[in-house]
Amino acid sequence: MSNNPYGDSPKKASRLFTIFCVYLAILLIAEFFIHKHSYFPWEDITFFYALYGFIAFVFMILFAKHILRPLIKRKEDYYD
Amino acid sequence: MISPMPPSLVFILGALFVPLFKGKAKGIYALFIPVISFISMMNMPEGAWWGFRFLEHNIVLYRHDKLSIFFGYIYHIIALISLIYSLHVKGNLHFMASIIYAGSALGVVFAGDFISLFVFWEIMALAATSLVWDAGTKESYGAGFRYLLFHLLGGLFLLAGIVITVLETGSVEFNYIGLKGLGSWLIFIGFGINCAWPGLHTWIPDAYPNTTPAGGVFMWTFTTKTAIYTLARGFPGAEPLIWIGATMTVFPIFFAVVENNLRRVLSYSLINQLGYMVCGIGIGTTLSLNGTISHVFCHILYKALLVMSMGAVIYRTGKINCTDLGGLYKSMPITAVLCIIGAMSISAFPLFNGFVSKAMVVDAAGQGAMVMIWFMLMFASVGVLEHAGIKVPFHAFFAHDSGIRTKEAPLHMLIAMGVTAFLCIFTGVFPSFLYALLPYPVNFEPYTAAHVVTTMQLLSFGAFAYIVLVKYGIFPAEMRATNLDVDWFYRRLGRLFVRLCEGPLTALREAISGFSSHVVNASIKFATDPLLVPELIIKGAQVGIYKALSNQENQRSQERLQRLEAKLEHLRSLKATGRYYGTEMPRRPLGVGVLISFGLIFFYIVIYMWVTS
Repeated sequence: MSNNPYGDSPKKASRLFTIFCVYLAILLIAEFFIHKHSYFPWEDITFFYALYGFIAFVFMILFAKHILRPLIKRKEDYYD
Repeated sequence: MISPMPPSLVFILGALFVPLFKGKAKGIYALFIPVISFISMMNMPEGAWWGFRFLEHNIVLYRHDKLSIFFGYIYHIIALISLIYSLHVKGNLHFMASIIYAGSALGVVFAGDFISLFVFWEIMALAATSLVWDAGTKESYGAGFRYLLFHLLGGLFLLAGIVITVLETGSVEFNYIGLKGLGSWLIFIGFGINCAWPGLHTWIPDAYPNTTPAGGVFMWTFTTKTAIYTLARGFPGAEPLIWIGATMTVFPIFFAVVENNLRRVLSYSLINQLGYMVCGIGIGTTLSLNGTISHVFCHILYKALLVMSMGAVIYRTGKINCTDLGGLYKSMPITAVLCIIGAMSISAFPLFNGFVSKAMVVDAAGQGAMVMIWFMLMFASVGVLEHAGIKVPFHAFFAHDSGIRTKEAPLHMLIAMGVTAFLCIFTGVFPSFLYALLPYPVNFEPYTAAHVVTTMQLLSFGAFAYIVLVKYGIFPAEMRATNLDVDWFYRRLGRLFVRLCEGPLTALREAISGFSSHVVNASIKFATDPLLVPELIIKGAQVGIYKALSNQENQRSQERLQRLEAKLEHLRSLKATGRYYGTEMPRRPLGVGVLISFGLIFFYIVIYMWVTS
């Protein structure tokens, strides 16, 4: 059994994915039209938030999968 | 007109009448309690009410100021919603425990002094434990005990701290405490245990997932937010809280990624959200404190919504693991939509209420130029998106189709969830209604273009990362497993303690009891025949002397010696049973013994008084 994020119909899903990518592009373009009220210098780097969101997510998943899970995973009846 | 009563008393007294109602009337009656209490609360002006003297201290059961009344509002709202959600429950225990639980949490929030605060604090722990046990499963039985142990320990810290503080200051009034001296630190830790600080948090993922669907909604709300209230009043600006809070936002997200049980995911999510509140208290500016308090309001709503939707899934399917669920949107479309609203709110998407409150805390960290804290809070925002925003709705309602076909959640659950979802969106779209209730003046505008765009970028690219990781098969599959937490150490210690009791301590006990029963037996023997021993000694000596001195050729003296030896033998044979064994002993009534004892005590007292005078 796999985690298929594309739901039941792959065709509909790939269309959704395209729409999502367009939406992401709009978000990136929108950044050029706003004025950031930054507290820190790195906030002014273009696409900082997008990059941070992506990298943070990937780091979190890899850390949980390769470091935390081997450390804490036990059989389901471990405490019984 | 009945004079207004503090909400805590309305709830707790109201709960006592629950058993008088049967069937559906029980649930309907329960709904009246928060309503009456709310009306009563609104009829009481600001100030301290319901005060009285107790052991030379001023007890105040109802202190109404901007901070306490804020918690009063949200607690009443959520109590009513949770009771609507409970309408399918038949048992008295659920209603009594949950209403007393909510009432005691209100009692803590409105307590103006340490004594009534402590009493309500302990009632809260007991009521919550009963609510865990109400599930009636083997897991809930053990988890309830572990929950109780944790909270009794926390209560002891609190009590010790209160005693020291009251002795130092001479006042039981509960206001700003601040970190100075042992007493305040003990209170701080006592509050912290209920607030699930890192390492002290294990009772949340342990007990909460083992509650009933309806009981869970109460659990996820009251204990922890009450601790936030006490910290916000007692320790605003306490620096350790900044780091404690930031740690709380980060570490649970890793646990949530690998967790299979969706209610355990929501337990870690609770700790993560509390982290923002604790951090806001630690920063201690008006912006951050407003952020913490508004986050309490928003968090209670969307977390209740998520917990209720997962409760509905358990109620209909009896399952809660990612590996068992999926595709439920076909059977429970409304629940799925409501769950997604909760997920969007907790992830802090614009137009949902998480957005308008969390931003205040993160902004306060930015204003304070706290680089590391700011990065941790931003990182945790992405983490929330993963486990609460995507994982919970996705694995329950979408993902691979588990083939489960069931009915939509019952009407009363849908109403409870619908009202909550409405409030999530309403406060998200019109934050000014929420900001107007905050204790400090608000000078914060969440809907700036920059804020909306940057937040959307952060969250959307997090979601994009999710899709990429799943597409390339990197995303970890859900697995049936027990995931350890630091309670592994506590359980280890517990088992070690049991082993210590069973081994060395039991041996010691047996040695002591063996020795003392020896002493007792000997003294019984002595008491039944006190003369036997001296007689034995005398006879023994007599025989010895006679043997040494008597003439061996003299027949008469030999006969005499033999008679003495026979007597000695006879006495020795009595040693085992006593001389009077089997014979009728002269017995005195018990009263005579008591009288003699009294006489001896009287005699002792006379001597004692004579000596000491």
